[in-house]
Amino acid sequence: MIRAGGLSLRLHPRTGAIGLVLLLIALGVAFVNLTTGDSPVPVAEVLKSLAGKGTAGTDFIVYELRLPRVLVTLLVGVALGASGAVFQSLTRNPLGSPDFVGLTTGAASGALIVMLITGGGGLRVGAGAIIGCVITAVAVYLLAFRRGVQPFRLVLMGIGVSALLEAFNSYLIYRAQLNEAIAAQVWLIGSVNGRGWTEVVIVAVTVVVLVPLILYYGRHLKVLALGDEMAVLQGVPVERSRAILALAAVGLSAGATAAAGPIAFVALAAPPLAARLSRSPDAGILPAAVMGAALLSAGDWAAQNVLPSDNIPVGVVTAALGGLYLTWLLLHERRGARA
Amino acid sequence: MTAVLTAPAQPRDRRRQKRWIGLAVALTVLFVVIALSVAIGSRSIDLATVWRVLWHADDSPESAIVHDLRLPRTVLGIAVGAALGLAGTVMQALTRNPLAEPGLLGVNLGASTGVVIAIAFLGVGSAAGYVWFAFAGAALVSAAVFALGGAGRHPTPERQILAGISITSVLGAIVWAILVLRREAFDRYRHWDVGSFSDREAGTVLRILPFVAAGVVLALLLGRRLNALSLGDESATSLGASPVRIRALGLLAVTLLCGAATAAAGPIWFLGLAVPYTARMIVGSDHRWILAYAVVLGPALLLGADVLGRVLVAPAELPVGVVTAFLGAPLFIALCRRRRLSTL
Repeated sequence: MIRAGGLSLRLHPRTGAIGLVLLLIALGVAFVNLTTGDSPVPVAEVLKSLAGKGTAGTDFIVYELRLPRVLVTLLVGVALGASGAVFQSLTRNPLGSPDFVGLTTGAASGALIVMLITGGGGLRVGAGAIIGCVITAVAVYLLAFRRGVQPFRLVLMGIGVSALLEAFNSYLIYRAQLNEAIAAQVWLIGSVNGRGWTEVVIVAVTVVVLVPLILYYGRHLKVLALGDEMAVLQGVPVERSRAILALAAVGLSAGATAAAGPIAFVALAAPPLAARLSRSPDAGILPAAVMGAALLSAGDWAAQNVLPSDNIPVGVVTAALGGLYLTWLLLHERRGARA
Repeated sequence: MTAVLTAPAQPRDRRRQKRWIGLAVALTVLFVVIALSVAIGSRSIDLATVWRVLWHADDSPESAIVHDLRLPRTVLGIAVGAALGLAGTVMQALTRNPLAEPGLLGVNLGASTGVVIAIAFLGVGSAAGYVWFAFAGAALVSAAVFALGGAGRHPTPERQILAGISITSVLGAIVWAILVLRREAFDRYRHWDVGSFSDREAGTVLRILPFVAAGVVLALLLGRRLNALSLGDESATSLGASPVRIRALGLLAVTLLCGAATAAAGPIWFLGLAVPYTARMIVGSDHRWILAYAVVLGPALLLGADVLGRVLVAPAELPVGVVTAFLGAPLFIALCRRRRLSTL
């Protein structure tokens, strides 16, 4: 139990240890990603560069090519993991992740409009993604609202809205020039290839502002999960906490999408995996966030080193793994329901 | 059964009459839409001219447009519409899920995956070649979705949709991994993926027609058995129908219909949802009638959407897959917003 002023953080020793191990794994894989690539840089050289004593050549490779990509991967993983943990806890549903409530498709539509219709790039694509994400979030929430929001209806509305937006997206790609279409498509899969410091700044600001906010209000999540009446009895400002948490989670998801495109399934898989490792029903936000970073770094490593071509976007890896995980989830639940 | 048999003759006759009248109205609508589909486009032709050149082809540009562009496109629309409408109906009956639909359950994407593999690795470039891969993909996915989401003791409609979505995402990842590696395949794929009847090569419709015809006949013959199945597996068995055989035949019909339709027109969403829904609203729960209506309503809705796509952003056109998604997604949302999803 750690207390600091009004904020108290109760840590299971096992959860803390798992969080620490995951953090080390994430950083370790990130470091490996710094050393490997088209031109491998030895570990010692990378360390020298990071300490500011490298040669011009390694400095260029490390600071311009690899470090932004590695940082974007880590931070996007953190953002997606934290956002997924909040959504799943709020909706009390393992499927309540940004992928399923249509947020990532909405962000993609916003970005595609900027890329293919107004012809902007960089920061403006990010802004388009964030606006698209927020508008979609509001629309899905309003559609699902009917005497309160039922989690499952939220997921179904998300699927319906996603289908609509996907048709719109594929139409935009259909009418674009081939080169623009390919660029847009790669963006749509979610990729950290060629990310620069602009993207690092976008996602870093999002994470630095919103993760502490989520941690602060996240202490109410366990009480909220017991039901609204219980939460009111405990003195928790129910509506305000829920609204702030949901908005912050949408913001994290939007920031991550703006930087790396709609990367699938990290937000879905990271929180339950962290929970499973720490053997507690709900591991909390920080372990889920660190799990997200570890997953995405490992996914990027696999995309660069395991698959035959080195320009495979990391989103392909996460989508394939996430789909398998989801299939397993359905099978598992079915068995559970049968037993 | 007995209730129907002993019911007074008068209301039953009246209901039957109503169904026949409804079918006649639907047919009329279909013919109107067919006429519009032949007449309307980037260069509209008045109906009198259409009628004249239809029977007496000459070398006027109107005649060329009608015979080379509009007629093949319209026939393709009829075939694909009938196929997807029936496929949706059969799937809903088999899964007893009012949300079941070839697009949402991932069957169309299964067909797509087959097609992408054919385009990228085997150099297949025509619908005649696609169609076999589309069949293989559609068959594998429909079997997988049934196994994942439908075979449990308490399969819920929502769970089946999720099973479809999870399979869709795995397949989607495979498709994109292939397409990122093969850029030339991507260009062909994006035009096919949007779901459209334009720029399909001539002869496409002739290639898929035998498969669609086989699927349509099979689906129509299943009507009585689907009625038996809708009473539950035990009741179906006691009526002398084998649920396993009905499911296998239904799966075969769905595979034929979805595979052929998707190979020709690309993945088209929500038609398989809207058609049985509309048909059930008119005729109730008798699958023989629902199937008959689906054959007429499917083409009418799909061609209607196609004509709409040509009119809305003229002189350019919206691909029909985009129009159906924009019309169908709100229906899906409205169905889900209902408080209690009635299971079939």
